[in-house]
Amino acid sequence: MKKLGLIVNPIAGMGGRVGLKGTDSPEILAKARELGAEPVAPARAVEALRVLKHHMAKFELLTYPAEMGADEAEAAGLEVRVIGKITSGKTTAEDTKRAAKEMLLEKVDLILFAGGDGTAADTIKAVDALVPILGIPTGVKMHSAVFANTPQAAGEIAARFLREGLPLQQAEVMDIDEEAYRENRLVAKLLGYANVPYEPVMMQATKEGSSGFELADQKAIARGVVELMEKRRIYVLGPGTTTRAVAEELGIYDSTLLGVDLVKDYKLLARDVNERQILKAIRGKPTTIVVSPIGKQGFILGRGNQQLSPEVVRCVGKENVWVLATPHKLSLTPTLKVDTGDSELDREFRGYIRVITGYRQTRMVKVV
Amino acid sequence: MTYRQARWAREGCLEPLVFELSKAGRMGASLPRAPARVKIPEKLTRTSLELPELSEPQVVRHYTRLSQMNYGVDSGFYPLGSCTMKYNPKVCDELVNLDGAAHIHPYQAEETVQGALELMYRLERHLAEIAGVSRVCLHPSAGAHGELLGMLLVRAYHKSTGSKRTEVIVPDSAHGTNFASAAMAGFNVVVVPSNNRGRVDLGALREAVSNRTAALMLTNPNTLGLFEDEILEIAEAIHKVGGLLYYDGANLNGILGKARPGDMGFDIVHFNLHKTFSTPHGGGGPGAGPIGVVRKLEKFLPVPVIEYDRRRKRYYLDYNRPNSIGKIKSFYGNFGVLVKAYAYILLMGAEGLEEVSEAAVLNANYIMRKLLKVEGYELKFDTSGPCKHEVVFSAEPLKKKYGVRAHFVAKRLLDFGMHAPTYYFPPIVPEALMIEPTETETKEELDQFIEALKQIAEEARSDPEKLQAAPTATAIARLDEVKASREPILSWRMYRKLAKK
Repeated sequence: MKKLGLIVNPIAGMGGRVGLKGTDSPEILAKARELGAEPVAPARAVEALRVLKHHMAKFELLTYPAEMGADEAEAAGLEVRVIGKITSGKTTAEDTKRAAKEMLLEKVDLILFAGGDGTAADTIKAVDALVPILGIPTGVKMHSAVFANTPQAAGEIAARFLREGLPLQQAEVMDIDEEAYRENRLVAKLLGYANVPYEPVMMQATKEGSSGFELADQKAIARGVVELMEKRRIYVLGPGTTTRAVAEELGIYDSTLLGVDLVKDYKLLARDVNERQILKAIRGKPTTIVVSPIGKQGFILGRGNQQLSPEVVRCVGKENVWVLATPHKLSLTPTLKVDTGDSELDREFRGYIRVITGYRQTRMVKVV
Repeated sequence: MTYRQARWAREGCLEPLVFELSKAGRMGASLPRAPARVKIPEKLTRTSLELPELSEPQVVRHYTRLSQMNYGVDSGFYPLGSCTMKYNPKVCDELVNLDGAAHIHPYQAEETVQGALELMYRLERHLAEIAGVSRVCLHPSAGAHGELLGMLLVRAYHKSTGSKRTEVIVPDSAHGTNFASAAMAGFNVVVVPSNNRGRVDLGALREAVSNRTAALMLTNPNTLGLFEDEILEIAEAIHKVGGLLYYDGANLNGILGKARPGDMGFDIVHFNLHKTFSTPHGGGGPGAGPIGVVRKLEKFLPVPVIEYDRRRKRYYLDYNRPNSIGKIKSFYGNFGVLVKAYAYILLMGAEGLEEVSEAAVLNANYIMRKLLKVEGYELKFDTSGPCKHEVVFSAEPLKKKYGVRAHFVAKRLLDFGMHAPTYYFPPIVPEALMIEPTETETKEELDQFIEALKQIAEEARSDPEKLQAAPTATAIARLDEVKASREPILSWRMYRKLAKK
């Protein structure tokens, strides 16, 4: 029988309605409660579980006590095996991590969690990519690409994954600096990658050539990009799995997933470089930046790749920025964004740009 | 009306295969013994043929039963969007079975097939007139084959002018074959998005064109059933940079006799005779995808072309065309399909063809207006104007409210004795239901279809389990569609191979 682990972060999302942009620290949580914030995660988790139950007759459900899952499962009318211990009403990030780790040991097929970016980050800190995860969206910040669009969709995808075994795809887990976020600055760090069930938003009929799964699309993009590469030109590969596929197509297997690498003459020139190192390497030399949109919001510059500063981008030139994205990714983020911190540069990118979406295939996509 | 499809089964097993019915020694027809003197080289002889052995009534019953477990245009309503599943007049089948059409061979001497050549010659001219182009090639044996020919002509044209053109622009609402055809001909594909009116986003198109642009492939009316009303601006944007305009003929039924692609600025026009000109398709027969071109592209057409020698009053096949791209098919096209299409054109006449698109568009709009009032279905794009011959609804409200997806709706429709619309296409409409009623349906039939969709929307609310279990009135319930398309079993040999595993 399939095993599903359920983790509800009961405080996730509480900062949202009261304008606090998150509940990452205990002080902020206290403030949120003071402002009259109500828990939102439990109710949304129940919605997801109801849909899951509707689609799936038999599976084993494992969860943590009380508000971290047991209560929600009961409300949805699901039988559940409760593991672990918590202090009800005083749960912390540590509880999420411990729950995830115990579920890993229990060999669950999927961890379904209700929370936001913080919960996603805590979960992968505990289990890395060893267990597939799927987020019920309940947080304030949801920049990571591990969330279903709605709680109902989370339930449906989880059911399909357990029942039919959907393929897995890698998805970014982002961490946003809440302090900065409250001051209206968005500092996003790419924390790592999780395995999530792959559910193409559109089920394609056989009539049009369905592009298949995301990994195949990434490979096709990589093949096309390598064909376009010229000798003696420097290629700045931004973070992400799509750009890593390019490196792999070149036979480079030790590129960084979360950092920026430099490639020249089909070889790795430098690994995990910072802004200054990039500038030093590219000044006066023909250079191309290769990036892929990061996270769910579709940022191509300024999120998770701050090494590619306005100065770096200007030095390379807008016309030498290649953007890669699979059709699946573009379907999640139909428009792209830039936020380099230099509004004039951002403006230059606005309008339609060409995004490489497959082997010898590009698509006109609006940057807003 | 209640519907129950025939289901011939014994002990839970469907009608056996003809090979499984076989019993040694049974005979349908006794053939005379071959004269002993015929000498067959030893390496060509076989000891066993593995033909099924059955009596004639067994064979007749077997195939009658299979046909009863099938569904086609002759059984009922078939609104499969973009496929133009219109009724195929029986008289066209009669004509193609005449000796002069059925019993000729492509290797016959030209003077013995003058009638066939004349028929193709005239069909070419009718099609050229309908599309507003100067010359037509009948060779492509399917729609996608025609697309490929179109792209090969684009390549030949640019090569002749010495300009290096690498890109073909395709809107995101296009048929998947467009992307593939352009790629097969060696082009890079640039996708342009649709605007919120469901038409090509002219701003994006203008950003996409350059001196690398070889062509734009466009379907008009597009796959949303909407007329590209900025077609003249689109054509100008492409022509300005020296590109060509390719017309995908999938939706010609929506403008037949009303507007001509050639007049809109298209340089290459594609037809699907098996859609617009009513020859059977979809398991019912092979297709034909002729390509029409404007004058400057004529010289690149595949060989041979059919010409008429006025002096000798004779039709002949002309291979002497130095600029031709060469051959794309062993002979001259799927002749049987061409005969049926020619018969259909003569049957309808010019006014009749105009009435075809009028009735097809009227039927689609009737469905659109009626269905707009039914809760659960909505239009995602322009709802202000009329649609053309088809309409794409979204079942997203049903999905959001009751978790009922478009394919549940499609499957449940089968229980009403109707074929499903095309679903999940075009991909730019979530939970798409692409409905093309065609011109040959009565108002009563359309009303029943609308009623069925209304009832299904009601069931989504009251009895969603019923939709998940549908279809139940058909010979076969729900298929594993992924498996069916990944591991198709289309022959006895494939079946046996699988059984061995």
